[in-house]
Amino acid sequence: MASRTVVNLGELERAIMDVVWDAPAPIAATDLRDALKASAPHGKEPAITTVMTVLSRLEGKGFVMRDRDSRPHLYRAAMSREDHVAELMHEVLGSASDRDAVLARFVGQVTPHDAERLRKLLDA
Amino acid sequence: MLAVAASLALLAFALAWPVPVALARAGWPRRMPGAALVLWQAIALAGALSMIGALLVFGLIPFGDDLPHAAGSFASDVLAGRLPANANFFQMFALAGAVLLGVHLLLNLVRTTWRAERQRRHHVQLLRLLSDPMPERPGTRVIDHATPVAYCLPGAPRATMVLSAGLLELLSEDELAAVVAHERAHVTQHHHVLLVAFSAWRSALPWFPIATRAHEAVGLLIELLADDQARRTVSERNLSRAVARVALAGVPVAGAMPERPPGLDIVGAPSSAGDWADARVARLTDLAAPGAPALRLSVLTGALALVVVPTLLLLGPVLHS
Repeated sequence: MASRTVVNLGELERAIMDVVWDAPAPIAATDLRDALKASAPHGKEPAITTVMTVLSRLEGKGFVMRDRDSRPHLYRAAMSREDHVAELMHEVLGSASDRDAVLARFVGQVTPHDAERLRKLLDA
Repeated sequence: MLAVAASLALLAFALAWPVPVALARAGWPRRMPGAALVLWQAIALAGALSMIGALLVFGLIPFGDDLPHAAGSFASDVLAGRLPANANFFQMFALAGAVLLGVHLLLNLVRTTWRAERQRRHHVQLLRLLSDPMPERPGTRVIDHATPVAYCLPGAPRATMVLSAGLLELLSEDELAAVVAHERAHVTQHHHVLLVAFSAWRSALPWFPIATRAHEAVGLLIELLADDQARRTVSERNLSRAVARVALAGVPVAGAMPERPPGLDIVGAPSSAGDWADARVARLTDLAAPGAPALRLSVLTGALALVVVPTLLLLGPVLHS
């Protein structure tokens, strides 16, 4: 049972980013933890130290920015969620050849000429 | 020595230009992608071996009558800091070329592998924050985006399959199963390793057909192999319909065609993943007769010979003595 209470770090990163993205203004770590608690009503409230650790990891990876002039420090997203999705899709759909090294995409685009033949196949 | 160097140079030339051009235009690789993939790897390996070997053997001519002896006396001459009296400028130039070419190929492999791994990690991180695991399909994540895409991301301890919301909406359950089977085949057959190796090969020799044609051909062949693997468990009809649907969903509006670099319009070998949709569907619907076993055997024998011949040319004297 003990292992069940340990929150997966990846899931926590995701939950924290969701709060940061949804927050209307830069948010302090304690408010962030309260928001996490509210979104998971059945307990599993992460310790504030864990939240701080994950926040500095996310800062190190460039996903959040920390305002060090305020007390307490305030965190905000470096880029919107939509911008990150666009970045991700660009990595997948982009034509730069380096990307085949990472991804094997199911199928790409076709020329209009080939499209006609494919349409006939689907109509058959 | 001079005869060996000349033979290796001839082989290097053939493998750098006419052989890959002819193979890229041939029709049979689509019928037996596995054998063709082996042949491309043999061409790359034998090409590198004969290019470096030709320079090395030519450069070592003044040092001895066969490669092992010449290498031995070269080593002692280098340590003593002297040159044989009959050594000329061209031979030293060839020796330097052999070393530089070897280092160049190796560094490109390291750099490409490292870059691919860095991109993969970055992508995994983005996926972790932006996609949801699919409870009914372990190892699969869904990204909330309207464009229909499916791809696999190699990785330890297990690969991740990514499907977009647009894809789930576009395809029937059976067609989706076909896509998943195809992507899973890429993972189980370790196609990403081949892609990285041939990407490195192309970035090392960007102007040589041996590298550019190989990269394009390998890209198509692994798709065909994954299709072949998938059709063991799913129907050709579902797989080809899935290919057609996904390809059509991405059809660019007229006038918005992505531009190709001039001079890169290649006959027989599509230059982007998109052009392959038609080839794949044609192959899946035609039910082309499986390749003749005799042809397959001769392709594999040829591949073996390609690697053995330059190795024997280089090391033959060692084996004799």
